Amino acid sequence: MPLLRRRRPAHPPPQIDGPSTSAESDEKEKPSLPMARKPRWNCVDSCCWLIGCICSLWWILLFLYNAMPASFPQYVTEAITGPLPDPPGVKLRKEGLVARHPVVFVPGIVTGGLELWEGHQCADGLFRKRLWGGTFGEVYKRPLCWVEHMSLDNETGLDPPGIRVRPVTGLVAADYFAPGYFVWAVLIANLARIGYEEKTMYMAAYDWRLSFQNTEVRDQTLSRIKSNIELMVATNGGKKVVVIPHSMGVLYFLHFMKWVEAPAPMGGGGGLDWCEKHIKAVMNIGGPFLGVPKAVTGLFSAEAKDVAVARAIAPGFLDSDFLGLQTLRHVMRMTRTWDSTMSMIPKGGDTIWGGLDWSPEENHSCNGKKKRSDDSLVSQDVKEEIMNHQANITNYGRIISFGKDLAEAHSVKIEGIDFRDAVKGSNLAHSNASCRDVWTEYHELGWGGVKAVSDYKVFSATSILDLLRFVAPKMMQRGSAHFSYGIADNLDDPKYKHYKYWSNPLETKLPNAPGMEIYSMYGVGIPTERAYVYKLSPSAECYIPFQIDTSADGGSDGSCLQGGVYLVNGDETVPVLSAGYMCAKGWRGKTRFNPSGIKTYIREYDHAPPANLLEGRGTQSGAHVDIMGNFALIEDIIRVAAGATGEDLGGDQVHSDIFKWSEKINLQL
Amino acid sequence: MPLLLRLRKLLFSQPSLHYTPTITHINEHQQHHKSLTTTKKNNNNKKKKLSWRSCIDCYCWFVGYLCTTWWLLLLLYTALPSALPVLESPGHRLKHEGLHAHHPVVLVPGIVTGALELWEGRPCAHGLFRQRLWGGSFSEILKRPLCWLEHMSLDNETGMDPPGIRVRPIPGLVAADYFTPGYFVWAVLIENLARIGYEDKNLHMATYDWRLSFHNTEVRDQSLSILKSRIELMVRTNGDRKVVVVPHSMGVLYFLHFMKWVEAPAPFGSGGGPDWCAKHIKAIINIGPAFLGVPKAVTSVFSAETKDVAFARAVFPGLLNSNLLGFQTLPHILRIARTWDSMISLLPKGGETIWGNIDWSPEGVYHCDLAKRKLIAPLFDDKAFSSNRSDGRIGFRIEETTNYGRMISFSSPSAKLSTCGSKEHVKSTQTIPMKSSACRETWTKFNDMNEDQIRSVAENKVYTARTVHDLLRFVAPKLMQRANAHFSYGIADDLDDPKYSHYKYWSNPLETKLPDAPEMEIYCYYGVGIPTERSYVYKLSQSSKCNNIPFQIDSSVDGNERDCLRGGVYFVDGDESVPSISAGFMCAKGWRGKTRFNPSGLPTYVREYWHRPPSNLLGGRGKESGAHVDILGNAAIIEDIMRVAAGANADEIGGDQILSDIMKISEHIKLHL
Repeated sequence: MPLLRRRRPAHPPPQIDGPSTSAESDEKEKPSLPMARKPRWNCVDSCCWLIGCICSLWWILLFLYNAMPASFPQYVTEAITGPLPDPPGVKLRKEGLVARHPVVFVPGIVTGGLELWEGHQCADGLFRKRLWGGTFGEVYKRPLCWVEHMSLDNETGLDPPGIRVRPVTGLVAADYFAPGYFVWAVLIANLARIGYEEKTMYMAAYDWRLSFQNTEVRDQTLSRIKSNIELMVATNGGKKVVVIPHSMGVLYFLHFMKWVEAPAPMGGGGGLDWCEKHIKAVMNIGGPFLGVPKAVTGLFSAEAKDVAVARAIAPGFLDSDFLGLQTLRHVMRMTRTWDSTMSMIPKGGDTIWGGLDWSPEENHSCNGKKKRSDDSLVSQDVKEEIMNHQANITNYGRIISFGKDLAEAHSVKIEGIDFRDAVKGSNLAHSNASCRDVWTEYHELGWGGVKAVSDYKVFSATSILDLLRFVAPKMMQRGSAHFSYGIADNLDDPKYKHYKYWSNPLETKLPNAPGMEIYSMYGVGIPTERAYVYKLSPSAECYIPFQIDTSADGGSDGSCLQGGVYLVNGDETVPVLSAGYMCAKGWRGKTRFNPSGIKTYIREYDHAPPANLLEGRGTQSGAHVDIMGNFALIEDIIRVAAGATGEDLGGDQVHSDIFKWSEKINLQL
Repeated sequence: MPLLLRLRKLLFSQPSLHYTPTITHINEHQQHHKSLTTTKKNNNNKKKKLSWRSCIDCYCWFVGYLCTTWWLLLLLYTALPSALPVLESPGHRLKHEGLHAHHPVVLVPGIVTGALELWEGRPCAHGLFRQRLWGGSFSEILKRPLCWLEHMSLDNETGMDPPGIRVRPIPGLVAADYFTPGYFVWAVLIENLARIGYEDKNLHMATYDWRLSFHNTEVRDQSLSILKSRIELMVRTNGDRKVVVVPHSMGVLYFLHFMKWVEAPAPFGSGGGPDWCAKHIKAIINIGPAFLGVPKAVTSVFSAETKDVAFARAVFPGLLNSNLLGFQTLPHILRIARTWDSMISLLPKGGETIWGNIDWSPEGVYHCDLAKRKLIAPLFDDKAFSSNRSDGRIGFRIEETTNYGRMISFSSPSAKLSTCGSKEHVKSTQTIPMKSSACRETWTKFNDMNEDQIRSVAENKVYTARTVHDLLRFVAPKLMQRANAHFSYGIADDLDDPKYSHYKYWSNPLETKLPDAPEMEIYCYYGVGIPTERSYVYKLSQSSKCNNIPFQIDSSVDGNERDCLRGGVYFVDGDESVPSISAGFMCAKGWRGKTRFNPSGLPTYVREYWHRPPSNLLGGRGKESGAHVDILGNAAIIEDIMRVAAGANADEIGGDQILSDIMKISEHIKLHL
């Protein structure tokens, strides 16, 4: 109140006698007078004024925003871009489609929300709050605490003692990843238009950090999915479900299908005809059936293309002790405890991914014109040198090579020194101490180990496994108990009954369900990481000793090498080969991987970036996650859910060279 | 930032610059200031500008000042160490005792506490897809009230969705952990259970659309099937440990219905067989159970008011009835409430045998003497009332008994009555046409009634638990017609009569047998020590124009100081919503031992919790509350639940715990067992 009063004397009491006295000089005199007379505006007042101004403006804007009719943004968009097409749900409803088959969503890695059920002291008040997904507010507020709670036990791959982080259940688990960033929401909304609701839609949320079998061991997630599918089939008049896995969910569902058939102690005991009785179709969206190269770099040096670019732009930022945080290393430590990341390591070795001097996609041209790519990494003036690129055969098979020269050299010239027996010791004693509590397995590697790795020079899909086993032995030990990356010679070998093979399509048979359909739906037309050029980090003391060599660029613009990364056609995350091969060839017709001859379909969606900012993430996107908002894809899904078959959709829809590339892969079927 | 500052300086220095050049200006200026105090006739432009600007400045400054102070306080508040003496939560303590999750737990929420979300709506609900219509912040009520009402209503004929609208319950724990932000329902219990190791896989919230009749939740959403499947799954994945079910309020009736449904053969039921409950359920812990209904439900259906509404009406007459913002609140509420079948499940059951008739009621001897009851809470726990009124009452006691049996009586309670039976009201077919047109779209049953009928209702003077049904059937025929297909309120003479296999009897404990599960335990946990509505004094509303509900509680009627009558409502012991007779009778007598309602003799326990209001504001809703919903935060109840969930049986937690007269009251009820 006294402050209030202070404001009042702002009206100058002009007891001025001299005619020449200006108001300004008047003001200058004022401060000398007692406070009550006239301190016009002091600093605090100005501050208050400013804050008040901003607040009022903000409120007015907020009010306007709230008062705005909900359809206003749509008007604006329509005014600029012309009338929008009906969302597929509305369109198909007009065609008379109604909900028929229950739908099961299987979210992929990182898109599912995780919440805290029990935590350490530092996580007080976060009970049942989202640690993953949502706003990620806690990452900023208490980063170390967050990392601690998101990590799993490095030995068991399960909860660390005293911490329980559990997947959020229900559709909310993965409808939006963060506010405004949809994952499944668009699809859900469109399905709801033709009559779907909670009882006919089910989000098979699972803890995506765990290995697939451990989700059953810890949370009984697989049992829950089985029970829910059975319930939905029973309560919907015996209509079979349509399963829609996305990304890693694809592998998870492969695992589920084997689990449900397997007898009781290890499996669900559903019997051999469970899938036939309960599943109408599996519509895989952007499925990394054969893994993704990105996973390798994620595990090897905690960086993908985007991180590498960030590193190049702001060197030292991610590595530095920024706010006492060694970001990348923390990230790496955390992600290495997540078994699930290992499910995406490339499978099938050299047979699928190519060896030192060949790869299925070797003739792929990265010429921007043809690919309609909008990716900033593809340089703009590609068109000038279209001529050169035909000669270039990219060695995609060398997934990691140290130095650009090695990546391009002829295989004869490469003399790799075997690193497997290299002595890891020679641990720099001081590094442990100086690197504080940030622990990664690189500490054990020591300088000798690092040298040995880089001396091997070039790694193909098979030797990558040895590399990872060398640099991260504990992780790979856990990994090899849960996942396998090979190709089965004899699928009837009893060893393939073990659950570690279940998520590898090259080591399992599809269920005996001739009535089931398998779709592989993915985007194409975006350059996707396929192989990497590495270098040793300059300051290898406390840091991760390897990093992507962003300076390595293809000489000619036709080259697929951009910023240390070889790019190939795909959906930005999963190369076409991984997403399409199984449906294009591996399972096509009756093969040994598909003994009952389940029908497979490939549906590719060519990427078209959103025309303008108003469209958000676009309705024709082919990007790995954004494709979930692709109208064409949604329409296909709705049609199948409403009862259509693959033939009704029009069978295959192919834009890429997937069939050509598949032919080059010499796999016995 | 600097830009803005400069702007401010500009705004501010400009007027002062104007004074500068000549004396005349200054003189003018002086005049202005004189005029400011005397009159406002000076229309000088600059003057206007000045005042306009300084006004804005003043405003901005003021807002900024407020905001800053607010932020400072907020900062101080959050910076305060949270080391305020926090009572150790029961979960924490029991964890130290070594308890850990054993039996899976199923929570069954009651009426209104479950959240509902929109799946399909009219154009007016654009953008609300999968947003909460019920629960959460309720912001849509304010933004588009009529749209909201339209979507919350059900079809008056079928009791199901109106065409083109799909509002569905939210599944999962989020459905009923908090009703609105900060108002917990199950959250405290969930948090404590989580401490000893519960999580999603062994804790399930059996959500259902609480607006529907119980059977319709299965027909429309398959809620019962889902619940059955979840219980079976949880038992299987938790090493064949049976579940502990914790229903609350109306959830109690819902779960009774479920148990009969699960046993019943396939077309109506699920075909689980008579031993399903024995195999899957360890115990049912009913919290604040409304086994025999609540009198409150009658008035909600009859005139959309309960004690609180009647009170509000008395304070602000006309507010609720008026056409405030073109919105006729109460009739609207009445209209949607009457489309909700579930309301009817809460009507008093058992008729006069249980609830008493005109001259008799089981609680007739109940003393409203506060001192004796150790009642700390004032009668109205509305804070406004508490301080001024309660003092005078303590120390008195009454000798005469109260006629609780007269559930609804018109005019003064002392009036002796001539007629009381369920007189057949003849409803004239012709309704008054001008009424329906004048009343716009606000449609309630009362519009079909004319003055005479309304008067004849009032002339009947007194309605008991039995005749109240006739009254409702008269004023709300459609509702009761639907209700009769789904609920029943009688007492069975012969439980083996094949008609009792119909689903409409399943939620009435007086017309069903408990399942054949001799090892299953049934607990009745409820709060006592809060005056609870039991019967009402009504009057005709004065302005019985079209927009009003013609009846309202006569809040002017107060008993003398010692009476249990306050503001037109007779009170009795209970938990604020459910009188203890409804909550306790079945466990205390109806099912105790081997009775015809409990042929396999499964053990029942009554555990009462004395209400203690929070000692100060920091206590929030209290850890010792006995109020209907707040009891879910009662530490003693939580501890009992957790012990049972961790494997204890009734004897280990102490068997019965009786604080009220429930045993005596039960003895008064002459029910053949």
